[in-house]
Amino acid sequence: MEPLSNKRKLIEVKPLNFWERAYLPAIGQGLSITMKHFFKKDVTIRYPEQKREFSENFRGLHSLKRDEDGRERCTACGLCALSCPAEAITMTAAERQKGEENLYREEKYAAVYEINMLRCIFCGLCEEACPKEAIYLDGDIVPTDFTRKDFIYGKDKLVEPPLNQ
Amino acid sequence: MELSDLIIKLVLVLVIFAISLVVAMYSTYAERKVAAFLQDRVGPNRAGPFGILQPLADGAKMFMKEEIIPTRASGFLFVVGPSLAIMTACIGSAVIPWGPQMQIGSRVIDLQVTDINVGILYIFGVVSLGVYGIMIGGWASNNKYSLMGAIRAASQSISYEISMGLSIIALLMLTGTLSLKEIAEQQHGWHWNVIYQPLGFLIFMVCAFAETNRSPFDLPECETELVGGYHTEYSSMKLGFYLFAEYINMFVSSAVMATLYWGGYNYPGMDWVAAHAGPTIAPIVGVIVLFAKIFAFIFFFMWVRWTIPRFRYDQLMHLGWKKLIPLAIANIVLTGVIATLIKHFA
Repeated sequence: MEPLSNKRKLIEVKPLNFWERAYLPAIGQGLSITMKHFFKKDVTIRYPEQKREFSENFRGLHSLKRDEDGRERCTACGLCALSCPAEAITMTAAERQKGEENLYREEKYAAVYEINMLRCIFCGLCEEACPKEAIYLDGDIVPTDFTRKDFIYGKDKLVEPPLNQ
Repeated sequence: MELSDLIIKLVLVLVIFAISLVVAMYSTYAERKVAAFLQDRVGPNRAGPFGILQPLADGAKMFMKEEIIPTRASGFLFVVGPSLAIMTACIGSAVIPWGPQMQIGSRVIDLQVTDINVGILYIFGVVSLGVYGIMIGGWASNNKYSLMGAIRAASQSISYEISMGLSIIALLMLTGTLSLKEIAEQQHGWHWNVIYQPLGFLIFMVCAFAETNRSPFDLPECETELVGGYHTEYSSMKLGFYLFAEYINMFVSSAVMATLYWGGYNYPGMDWVAAHAGPTIAPIVGVIVLFAKIFAFIFFFMWVRWTIPRFRYDQLMHLGWKKLIPLAIANIVLTGVIATLIKHFA
């Protein structure tokens, strides 16, 4: 058959010679390789004490952002929930009352905002869909828990702490 | 035998028993540490400094775990299996000379439980009994995988015992005795048998790997093919006993290899030490030397385990029957010819 490229390599199957059949030189070589590793530095990161640096574009826990005046950016438009392929986001919108201008940026805000961390696949589409730059996946990994209901994160866990704190 | 002699022997038995248990216990720790170091990892390091207390934690865990005896299993044999395995592993150490004669006050003590004149045969007998533990365990589990593992263990043990015996014969032709004590004495200083019997030692070592079911010959517990092998159905300390027996076996076979081929408690310059340190301290140095050799062998066992992949079963049988046995016989002939020539011309 005509070769598709000139990268083809002819492999010759030679019968093993005596030393190869005796295995011992190969075993000795293998032992020397493992012995070299015995003296190498270990590559372990001792997890709870040490943590590996996340990469720049690591997508971790979600956080709902505030603007420069400390007001919540989210306007409960629902685009994040719409874009979410795992349907992990639910929210209830509410109207801003008089006197709450320092809490919410626009007239509409999310009274309830919940992300089910068991469903979330950390794809980052909510982040991309958000027109208000209100949600970012810039947190840590999701901590463990014992019950399913504890994985539904409400605003108490998602919203950034206020600026003046 | 006087009462005092009896007490000394009893103490010696207890000490050796305790030492082999402790060595086996810490072999499990060492195994994990060695594996970790060979793979650029850390290994157990949580329990105590450097994870020193890990074997205790493991032991506690083993005892705490639920004990399961399968309904269809033969209850009595199911319990007998692991006990037999660990018992046969322990009694092998009785004939190993741990050191030269030690003098305390006016009393001369043999650092050996018993010096029987068929020491090697005794070891072989005990080692071949060890397979009953595995066989009974595998059979009593009433599980096909366990049975397969047990059958493998049995056929492997029998196959390798032949070449092991044959490799010993060449050694016996040189030493002229079956007593381990005398064999050890003959290797005074640096006249170690491995110098005269390198091929025999190699065969013996390969067979020792197979007899102790250590990798690359650990086919009885080959988890990819047999789930867990002969101990699939075992849980808690009964499983622990099987694993423990393997480590004790490793310790005893290391001791046997060190005694038969690597000079036992002998080391270069031992006469000088004996003259300067006196008859009480010098034997202790000998014991330390022997243990250093044993630990080196145990390390080698582990080193090999984490280097060489497991054999396929037909390869194992091929190596045992078609390679090692002819090689061992050739070694006997070679030893005979050379020994005769040396006797004739020298």
